Amino acid sequence: MINLNNVSKTYYLGEEKVIAVDNVTLKIKRGEYTSILGSSGSGKSTLMHIIGLLDQPTEGRIHINGKDISRLSDDSLSILRNKFVGFVFQQFNLINKLTVLENVVLPATYFKGRLDFDPIKKANGLLSKFGMGDRLNFYPNKISGGQQQKVAIARSLIMSPDLILADEPTGNLDSKTGNEILDILEDLNKNTGVTVIIVTHEKEVADRTKRQIYIKDGKVVGKYK
Amino acid sequence: MKTYKSLLKSAFDDFKRNKVRTFLTSLGIMVGVLSVVLLIALGLGLKNYIQSQFESMGANLIMILPGSGFTGEGGAGFGGQGTVGGVSFDEQDLNSLSRISEIDYVVPIFMKGTSVESAGTSKFGSVMGINEDGFKLMNIEVESGKLFGKSDLQGSSKVAVLGNTMATDLFKEAAAAIGKTIRFENQRYKVIGVSKKKGDRQVDTAIFVPYKATYGSLNPDKKFWSIYLGIKSDDLITIARKKAEDTLLKRYNEDDFAVTEQSELLSSISQIFSIINTVLIAIGSISLFVGGIGIMNIMYATVTERTKEIGIRRAIGATQKDVLLQFLTESIVLSLLGGIAGLIVSAIIIWVVRFFFPASLNPIAVLVAIVVSSAIGILFGVFPARRAAKLSPIDAIRYE
Repeated sequence: MINLNNVSKTYYLGEEKVIAVDNVTLKIKRGEYTSILGSSGSGKSTLMHIIGLLDQPTEGRIHINGKDISRLSDDSLSILRNKFVGFVFQQFNLINKLTVLENVVLPATYFKGRLDFDPIKKANGLLSKFGMGDRLNFYPNKISGGQQQKVAIARSLIMSPDLILADEPTGNLDSKTGNEILDILEDLNKNTGVTVIIVTHEKEVADRTKRQIYIKDGKVVGKYK
Repeated sequence: MKTYKSLLKSAFDDFKRNKVRTFLTSLGIMVGVLSVVLLIALGLGLKNYIQSQFESMGANLIMILPGSGFTGEGGAGFGGQGTVGGVSFDEQDLNSLSRISEIDYVVPIFMKGTSVESAGTSKFGSVMGINEDGFKLMNIEVESGKLFGKSDLQGSSKVAVLGNTMATDLFKEAAAAIGKTIRFENQRYKVIGVSKKKGDRQVDTAIFVPYKATYGSLNPDKKFWSIYLGIKSDDLITIARKKAEDTLLKRYNEDDFAVTEQSELLSSISQIFSIINTVLIAIGSISLFVGGIGIMNIMYATVTERTKEIGIRRAIGATQKDVLLQFLTESIVLSLLGGIAGLIVSAIIIWVVRFFFPASLNPIAVLVAIVVSSAIGILFGVFPARRAAKLSPIDAIRYE
């Protein structure tokens, strides 16, 4: 589903050239449950941004569902991001002035075209499924971190994306809540077949996924398990 | 439609969270709109008032004024005392003008501001020396008593017709004035009539007397400041005007007098007011411009403050255009709120002012206020909104 061919990303910090992603070739199949593991500064975040269509490589090609997206315009990338990827972040990244329900519905308001579902109904369903049915009209700063992350997962699912990209999803949570979140992601992968990629620096988190991609100095250096 | 609604909701949610800031920012636009609308209303009100005053004198009118009239250095409307440049006219002019066949009536006007006294009360007003046709000229009708006629004029009778306000100020009610004696400039006049209220201060506080009665200490030179000619019909105005000019040229130089049609006078007045209005609008525009800068300033601050939110929205699929529209909507609504508040406040002020000044809320001013404040929202909001749209999603989402 996702093919990276000799993808590199370089940028300049002042005079210094930084190679964040160095000639990465990678294939992720539909329905995979994968982690990208690396220490801070390894380039895993940049790789995640490229896979998540937030950034474009300076070299190489990316194909998503067979379509070359390396040269797409910012608009096309935004539209594709809306439909194709659901993000789950370490910081939850909910919009604090919107209620739980409004946050979950938000991606649907940016969909260009006619929705084939009722976003409010769907958001309700997703939130109930994660035990958040009684928190619909709460604001994010009034609920716990674990609850916020559940809302974020519901938001990532509203457009029924092909890919869920979770960036350190347990980083701001205690281990019990963190495990709960990982359980949810695992269940989603198992039951709905959605591709899940977890970006993490924690070996224990990565160990829960079926496949691990280890990144060091911008290169894929090995595959564990 | 749905996105439009959510854009508005997002804007209002943000305003609710920053009430003081929203209020202060729109205040700039409010003051700008207030001044523009108010200035237009007062300017147009005054213009309409003066026009209606002229129109109430009836059509088919030619005015003869000293100097080169309203358009030149000489004129200052009705209020002069007879020596505003050029010549003053006299009875000989009246006689020669009344021989023009197209002319229906000739009214000389002598005018002097003075203090009028009766039974211990005194009041300031204008003594107007006219003939009996002067009432027809100014559309004056009698409320009590009677107007003076030809015989009063011929006999230089010391009789007076009081403007309605003048009569009630001096004698409490109009009817009480009849038969009373009033004094001004050491002269005694007997009140024989009171006019109906016209709403025109000049007329309502006037003391009309036969012009021949003013000869003597009041008008020792037997001169008039202006002469009004009533023409028999519309199509005779041009001929009558030409004949009047020719008649006067036999006695005076071209520069000593001006023969003006009412329509010309009105257009001069319109011209003057359009200049005044332009100046007023320019002043208002400056405050609108300053208000716009205030909006721009706040929008830049808002964009910085909400960088992370912009990043989140971009990550979940908002295009640059979506973000641009969101912030543009906010600045337009902010500006429009100020504009509407300005309109409401000016409507209230105009409503109050109307009791003593002929102001009116002009529909065009309302339209202009709304269009201009939206335009300011767009103009000054587009740069901050573009900055928001151009933010890199990755940098924005990392922003703390």
